[in-house]
Amino acid sequence: MDKVKIGTCWLDGCSGCHMSLLDMDEDIVAVLEKAEIVFGPLVDAQEWPEGVDVAVIEGAVSSQDDLKLARTARARSKLVVALGDCAVTGNVPSMRNGIPVRRLLERVYVEGATAEPGVPTDGVPSLLKRAEPLHAAIKVDLHVPGCPPKPDAIKQVLGDLLEGREPDIESRLRFG
Amino acid sequence: MADKVKVRIDGEVIAATPDQTILQVARANGKYIPALCYMEGLSAVGACRLCVVEVSGVGRLLPACTTPVQEGLAITTISPQLQAHRKIALELLFAERNHICAVCVSSGNCELQTLAQEHGITHVRYPYNYPTLPIDMTHPRFVLDHNRCILCSRCVRTCAEIEGAHVWEIAGRGIQSRLVSELRRPWGEATTCTSCGKCVQACPTGALTEKGFGVEEMTKKKAVVSRLTSMRGGR
Repeated sequence: MDKVKIGTCWLDGCSGCHMSLLDMDEDIVAVLEKAEIVFGPLVDAQEWPEGVDVAVIEGAVSSQDDLKLARTARARSKLVVALGDCAVTGNVPSMRNGIPVRRLLERVYVEGATAEPGVPTDGVPSLLKRAEPLHAAIKVDLHVPGCPPKPDAIKQVLGDLLEGREPDIESRLRFG
Repeated sequence: MADKVKVRIDGEVIAATPDQTILQVARANGKYIPALCYMEGLSAVGACRLCVVEVSGVGRLLPACTTPVQEGLAITTISPQLQAHRKIALELLFAERNHICAVCVSSGNCELQTLAQEHGITHVRYPYNYPTLPIDMTHPRFVLDHNRCILCSRCVRTCAEIEGAHVWEIAGRGIQSRLVSELRRPWGEATTCTSCGKCVQACPTGALTEKGFGVEEMTKKKAVVSRLTSMRGGR
């Protein structure tokens, strides 16, 4: 039987949710017996492949690149999981939403800079007006909140999905 | 008026007195109805709409905290319809302001967060409002963070009804409503504030907190505030 294809990505977040995924310790071996990770910070692929079964997405949608990757992941994956508070609620990245983008960038990169003040434009994606939860940008099938979600919660969700069960999130629900 | 009335809550016949509300009778008989703005020992205002119940023969949902019992009422406290309404009420509270649990001192001890988890809320279906709101840190011991305030007014009632100082009030209307101290004077300059801290203990979220606590460190003791009223014989 073909292995289930999992793609992961990290938008506007701190990578803590990916750390929590790794924090499953040896249980990740059991996951990898049934699934393979075909895209994400943990593997080497350059582009989100076609035919992914489960997309696991960390982070808020905050920049043009985030939006593009989220849309690609959605288009090429059967099921999308929003992993962690940033993807589910906007969380800490959304704390900038009350500040106009230009004002925000100037405050940080001009007023806040001690050397070479200036808003960077080369090689960085432009910010969206707001950092939004994933479901504001694409259709999300499953929300797993937590900052980060506990390894047990991720294990439960992935385990349920791989067994073909509807994931039991409510018993492990937790924000923050 | 009869001294005792009989009501049916979720099918069970319960004796009550006519001066009690549905919420009081339910809780006194071990039946759980969620509520945020209700706090034992304070007057009830029916602000949060979480305690809505179904009363047979009444075509709309009624807030249990402000509805007095009457002879023969048949009340339903839990149903798919009620759960759906309570979820909507909770999600709208989250959408209205910036409730960032991950950086909140009350995370893990927050009534709003707990109720969301109890109601199986995995995400908020409504667009977030992202208002720009101030944090008042002028008081030497306490903090008011408007981002976490749900306008339940428990602090307002605690200060007015228990401490008798009337520092707090809700100003403005609708989505512009704000908790204000002493007619919009910064909290630290409010001359009527006795710094008793009971409003902080009564606050269900991280809107009113004590300084010096980190994320997840603040626990509230609202029972202490409620007990003051009962020790004064309800006066």
